Amino acid sequence: MRFVLNGRPLTVDVAGSRRLLDVLREDLGYTGTKEGCGEGECGACSVLIDGHVVNSCLVAAGQVDGCDVVTVEGLALPDGKLSPLQQAFIERGAAQCGICTPGMLLAAHALLCENPRPSADDVRVGLAGNLCRCTGYTKIIDAVLACRA
Amino acid sequence: MTDSAASPTVGRSVPRREGADKVTGRARYTDDLVVPGGGAWYGKTVRSSVARGTLRSITLDPAFDWSRVVVVTADDIPPPGENVVQLIRDDQPALARVGGEIRHQEEPILLLAAPDKGTLAEAARHVRIAYERLEPVLELEQATEDYGTIEIAKGDVEAALHDADLIVERTFRVGLQEQLYIEPQGAIARPTDHGGITVVGSLQCPYYVHRALKRALALTDEQAIVIQAETGGGFGGKEEYPSIVAIHAALLARKAGRPVRLIYDRHEDLAATTKRHPGVITHRAGVQRDGTLVAQDITIVLDGGAYCTLTPVVLSRAAIHAAGPYACPNVRIRARAVATNTPPNGAFRGFGAPQSLFAAELMVEHVAERLGVPSVDLRRKWMLRVGDSTATGQVLTESVSPELVLDAALKAARPIRPRPSGSPLGSADPSIRHGRGLSLVFHGAGFTGSGEKKLSGKIALECSEKGEFRILTASTEIGQGTKTIFCQIAADALGVSLDRVSVGAQDTSVVPDSGPTVASRTAMIVGGLIHDAGVALRARLERERPPLRVERTYEQPDTLHWDDQTYRGDAYPVYAWACTIADVEVDTATGEVRVTDLVIAVDCGKAIHPVMAEGQIEGGALQAVGWATIEEIKMKDGRYLNDRLATYIIPTALDAPRLKTILVENPYSGGPFGAKGIGELPMDGPAPAVIAAIHDATGVWLDEVPATPEKVLAACASS
Repeated sequence: MRFVLNGRPLTVDVAGSRRLLDVLREDLGYTGTKEGCGEGECGACSVLIDGHVVNSCLVAAGQVDGCDVVTVEGLALPDGKLSPLQQAFIERGAAQCGICTPGMLLAAHALLCENPRPSADDVRVGLAGNLCRCTGYTKIIDAVLACRA
Repeated sequence: MTDSAASPTVGRSVPRREGADKVTGRARYTDDLVVPGGGAWYGKTVRSSVARGTLRSITLDPAFDWSRVVVVTADDIPPPGENVVQLIRDDQPALARVGGEIRHQEEPILLLAAPDKGTLAEAARHVRIAYERLEPVLELEQATEDYGTIEIAKGDVEAALHDADLIVERTFRVGLQEQLYIEPQGAIARPTDHGGITVVGSLQCPYYVHRALKRALALTDEQAIVIQAETGGGFGGKEEYPSIVAIHAALLARKAGRPVRLIYDRHEDLAATTKRHPGVITHRAGVQRDGTLVAQDITIVLDGGAYCTLTPVVLSRAAIHAAGPYACPNVRIRARAVATNTPPNGAFRGFGAPQSLFAAELMVEHVAERLGVPSVDLRRKWMLRVGDSTATGQVLTESVSPELVLDAALKAARPIRPRPSGSPLGSADPSIRHGRGLSLVFHGAGFTGSGEKKLSGKIALECSEKGEFRILTASTEIGQGTKTIFCQIAADALGVSLDRVSVGAQDTSVVPDSGPTVASRTAMIVGGLIHDAGVALRARLERERPPLRVERTYEQPDTLHWDDQTYRGDAYPVYAWACTIADVEVDTATGEVRVTDLVIAVDCGKAIHPVMAEGQIEGGALQAVGWATIEEIKMKDGRYLNDRLATYIIPTALDAPRLKTILVENPYSGGPFGAKGIGELPMDGPAPAVIAAIHDATGVWLDEVPATPEKVLAACASS
């Protein structure tokens, strides 16, 4: 099975029914993607598949054959520096315990790609699939709004 | 050695220490860790399926190939190891033993480990457990055993009630709540040389786990090593429970002779781990016609569940906060925690205070309604001021801020649009009603009474030959910002730049026991020790060459006096204060409550890091809104019915109100740079404010949380 992970083409030999989450974490060592519930409710395992936010705990590896997959490890700028969104998350206190942060960043990234000038309500809708128990969401919303085009 | 040019960092929102690791995915949580040398097996806990009974037998199906599975039962805890989870009472076994009692659903019975998850799941399906069932006690009203009682008495309540112009009596109910840290519980145990065990896990209190491991596995101080991995939230849920996970992982690792990973999935975490104590609180308040508060007579019953855990301490905090932030000459508080056959309840942010303050704050509303005066006016009349004494007789001398936070919140709340007569304010949908509610709360920072003295928390601060400083503490970073604020406090006390200070790993073989990371004590108590160590080390560096090490142990100021027997005296070194204003929309057709806006003004003494302080308040406030509105646990036969994230609902970004936080800084002379603990305070105020707002919107009083649509509809229908 082949897919592009964070811009790098990969060929992996795994059972097509294996969860993408497990392929990423266990087979490929990309542990930035977290498991919070294993049933698509919390969004901690969010990744981008062809630009769409998807819960990787609900995706069979076979489904990403030929796709472009982005995890939190692929969000930094090509020169390795933090992206403006990652920077804003640090500066504005959007990451506390950090366990929801990778998924939250990917959801926010996808939102900003689709809608570069979202309103606060747009951001709330865009992040509604990602649970955070630390922040009350206020500072996450602030961070995303700070990165509007 | 010190930098005269180093600019102060306290009060500035510097970047979070581990922030870059968290936004890049480099931060390693327990389940992300690869065990050195490989070969780790997976562990699993097999649990009871009855709420109460006698464990008759455990049978391993002979048709299954057990050669690749390690099985641990209570028999694998031979003396001098003890089958007990070390905490307050020795009532909770690490594993139920055959012939012994089962006290709750999901009680751990045996442990399995296997090289792969498939074999593990298959093995679990081939275990047969037989019970002799007993009738469980599932309601606190039916309970006959208790975990303790507390009585606080001030003045003469009976006489004052007799003479009062008006007596108001109400009963309040509060429900279970799950902490719902997004990273479930987990630990990895690894056998080490000379019979030792090292456990790495998701936890708040390394030395709680250390003590529990030593006792269950009969290990020495050196043989047991506990290391905190990056931890994805705690909220009290990782205060005592990780001891159980760690003991289990360690027992498996010892028997398997190899590392074992024991990581809970969400279902297991929801079904088996501790929750916030539910309870029933009854108030009788006596007032004079002019509104003067003359008597408070309060009873509290909390449901501790099947084992004691930290319940007596939760009860203590509930009792001490039960009178609310008000001065009353005659107070009686009788508190009891009972035993039932539900899974044990335990630590959760607020630790009893949210329960009793919920009742205290709604009581103000009820008295105000009966007197026909605005509840804000009554709060101003009753509120504690410098020189007043609390229910335990503690005379407040400094950093007493109810009025400051009340005024700040009222000023910040958006104006309420004038209500068209007879109709809800400005809503197009006739079934939507708007309302506003307010609460005023306080929260004692640090351990109760003589707790800090008994703990004697320790830290160390080192300076290397190169002039790099390292803080050694067992206080953990669980998202609240410990690592960052400790560095700020140390850097400013030392007079050096922030980049020269770091925090050592939370590893019991490296750091001293600073006490647990709980009770709003980290910034104030442990931060205070770091500050003092910084000042002392700075002085030594004037005349000595590094390497140098300074240690500090907490010493209770001699101005604080507390009597554990009579429950009189200085219950806490100081209190933090908060005023919450909640705006709600109630859909009278569906019963749904939406909290649209929440203003919280908090006196934190001094915000070491304003953004993180706000973050604590906003996160705690939303957790409280969840408790007040949608987080409900339904139970059948002692089992939580909604034990999945699809059914146990917490607020999403769409549900969260617009949150406005105001930091008020009324410094405390005993805290570092004037700081007081505020980690738990935001959990206290939103629930009563939301219930008062629902009353404002609908005219009905619920007197209980959560205010689920069913309860709101029923209350509206019966009014």
